[in-house]
Amino acid sequence: MGSVGAKDVPVLLSPEGIRIDGRRVNELRPIKITAGALKHADGSAFVQWGLNKVMAAVYGPREVHPRHLQQNTKAVIQCKYNMAAFSVDERKRPGLDRRSQEISKVVAEAFESVVFAEEFPRTSIDVYIEVLQANAGTRCAGLVAASVALADAGIPMADLLPAVAVGKAGGAIIVDLNKEEDNFGEADLPMALVPQSGRLVLLQMEGHMTREELATALDLGVQGCRGIYEIMQQALRDRYSVAPVPEVTA
Amino acid sequence: MGGSHRTGPRRRGPRGSSPHPSGERVLVLPGEEIPSQGLKPGPGTYRVGGRVYASVLGLLSARPPFVQVIPLSGRYIPKPNDVVIGTVTDVQGTFWLLDIGAPRWAPLHMTGTPWKVDVGETEQYLRVGESVVVRVENLDPTGRIGVTMLGEGLGKLEGGSIVHVSPARVPRVVGRGGSMIQTITRQTGAQVAVGQNGRVWVNGDPEAIHRVREALRMISEDGQRSGLTERVESYLRSTASSDEAGEDHPPAGESAHRDAPEGSFASSPPPDDRDDSDEPRTDENN
Amino acid sequence: MSDEVTAEILTTHVLELAAHGKRLDGRGTDEYRKISVEPGFVSTADGSALVRIGDTAVLAGIKLEPGKPFPDTPNAGVLTTNAELIPLSSPIFEPGPPQPGAIEVSRVVDRSIRAAETIDLTRLCVTPGEKSWICYVDLHVLDHGGNLIDAAQLAALGALAHATVPAKRFGIAEADYRLEVVHYPAECTFVRLGEAIVVDPTFDEERAAQGRLTIATDEIGRIVAMQKGLVGAFSPDDVKAMVERAFRHGEKLRAIAKGAAA
Repeated sequence: MGSVGAKDVPVLLSPEGIRIDGRRVNELRPIKITAGALKHADGSAFVQWGLNKVMAAVYGPREVHPRHLQQNTKAVIQCKYNMAAFSVDERKRPGLDRRSQEISKVVAEAFESVVFAEEFPRTSIDVYIEVLQANAGTRCAGLVAASVALADAGIPMADLLPAVAVGKAGGAIIVDLNKEEDNFGEADLPMALVPQSGRLVLLQMEGHMTREELATALDLGVQGCRGIYEIMQQALRDRYSVAPVPEVTA
Repeated sequence: MGGSHRTGPRRRGPRGSSPHPSGERVLVLPGEEIPSQGLKPGPGTYRVGGRVYASVLGLLSARPPFVQVIPLSGRYIPKPNDVVIGTVTDVQGTFWLLDIGAPRWAPLHMTGTPWKVDVGETEQYLRVGESVVVRVENLDPTGRIGVTMLGEGLGKLEGGSIVHVSPARVPRVVGRGGSMIQTITRQTGAQVAVGQNGRVWVNGDPEAIHRVREALRMISEDGQRSGLTERVESYLRSTASSDEAGEDHPPAGESAHRDAPEGSFASSPPPDDRDDSDEPRTDENN
Repeated sequence: MSDEVTAEILTTHVLELAAHGKRLDGRGTDEYRKISVEPGFVSTADGSALVRIGDTAVLAGIKLEPGKPFPDTPNAGVLTTNAELIPLSSPIFEPGPPQPGAIEVSRVVDRSIRAAETIDLTRLCVTPGEKSWICYVDLHVLDHGGNLIDAAQLAALGALAHATVPAKRFGIAEADYRLEVVHYPAECTFVRLGEAIVVDPTFDEERAAQGRLTIATDEIGRIVAMQKGLVGAFSPDDVKAMVERAFRHGEKLRAIAKGAAA
């Protein structure tokens, strides 16, 4: 690397295996999760993940609007992923776009795979994800925020859903791509894991890698998800901490 | 969910829940494995291939033959015989729809009232925005929540104010054996009726209502720690108006007594096990 | 959902309290809830501020991009304000295109910023008639606990007050520079509750309100925007009294926005 086109394409991986932001290939960006960040939602969470800032809120189970979406045997899970106009370098025009609609759909389906929706027939569980500041990996950050928000809202489900993107940049398989790696790397593969079953409920890929690289990437992603899972659990424990206050004798 | 086929040891958080048959409070999260110790999976849990996991965020509770998780958050999930406070959201020819904070609106049929209502005259009795005390009568598999207004302490609410608390905090608002609610009514002289759905009706003079509201806020924000009753009581004493600022004389004890029937449904702790393990480490424990 | 119903008992209680000069949360009739401003909340924006008034939270983000000036103002930049009342922030909001409520918030905020000449738009001109900066003010309501207009306006002001013109990034100048704020308009909203008129209404108070009036004032004594909303009426004397109160609150709100800018 570093000859033709070096002006545009940054060096994504040093010979020592260090990434553009100083991380190793299997290292996550710093993640901070606040459960219950909003006052008016049934459940909510704010996720700061690298340079991403994502808020999620859950309302429900509640009456379905519009009513024709009602399902007789289970709750319908409606998800809206949205990016604030100022969340990206180039201002994004407010409103629906195809990318947001696709993400909303696959995220809703990921949650349908773990939420025990049959406990609430004819209702809606509404999941809202707002990306306030974006730096690659917003769908995973949004999914993590929404999952913590669902738990905060008391929704019954098989497990929390940690999510992370793995991919290939500078020839190496890496976890948790940042913006440069996402823009200039060879592959991007977001995934969400059900830790309890070890199965994936969200899986997408863009780019190219060999089957051996994919095998490595999947392993790395599962490992990353397990790390994120612990941060999600800790965020909920912090909010619902039951640590008793020792009585001080008078 | 498919069977669990993983081999390696399950990774647990540093504060992973260990079995505490003693009844110590253990917070569990969805997906966390529960030591079932031969117990059957009860509410808030699920089983995969011989292992039991939590499905909701809540407190672990062993209720032989079941192990269950008592939710710490979320909307009100109705149970038969719960007495709840609802607000009319829609009026139809033969019934009203009530918002009781549950996943669905609850229909109150005109035959479930003490009134002789003719078809089409429902709006003469209850309008959108009015509030009532009703009892959950039946739940069907479609999620329909049948409620009735027939019974002691049930009926239309007039005057006062309504405060919302999390349904998970209702056992704290009531207190063990009704101790918290008694403290509040004794110290303020207000009438207080607590619905199992976390809607609290308060009646009295504006100052009393305000003090009850503040006490409820304290309970909502601070319900996890011990010594709560003492702190609520000390707040209420400190805010007693000067003309009654003596020691412990219950202001307007007569009115509190007179109003007992209305508050009574809430003053008694909920009958079942739901709140039980929620309580041990609260107030008077130490 | 829009069919969320507030218990009449509660709205009646709000009105009764107001008749005694009291409020549900214990405030006086002329008292704001706790206000906080967190500038620079969003690093991808050219300016931003997260404003909390009580349990209401609004995030404002500024984006500046080169564009074409309007034909009738060839020597000026363009200011455009947009509000999103996203369903994340309240059970009463539904997904979909902006509803009249969102449009009202954005227009009322826009009017105060524009009329007070908060920023000198002629300084946003690059080449007259050809190129000028478009300044987008996007308002994102995160938590709706009432009085969205004041929170949104303060967020917009706080964001503008520390915004940077990304001139270097767009190859227009050698370096980025601060967007200069010339005037500091502050919006102050009142609602009528019976005979009482209270400032900074909560959600429950808005539900009980019999008329709402927003008054924007600036630091040199001008009234720069007003908006009467909700069903209800005010007398001219009511309005005059509210103007005096709005000037007093405006001082404090300006100081908060300026403090956040420093």
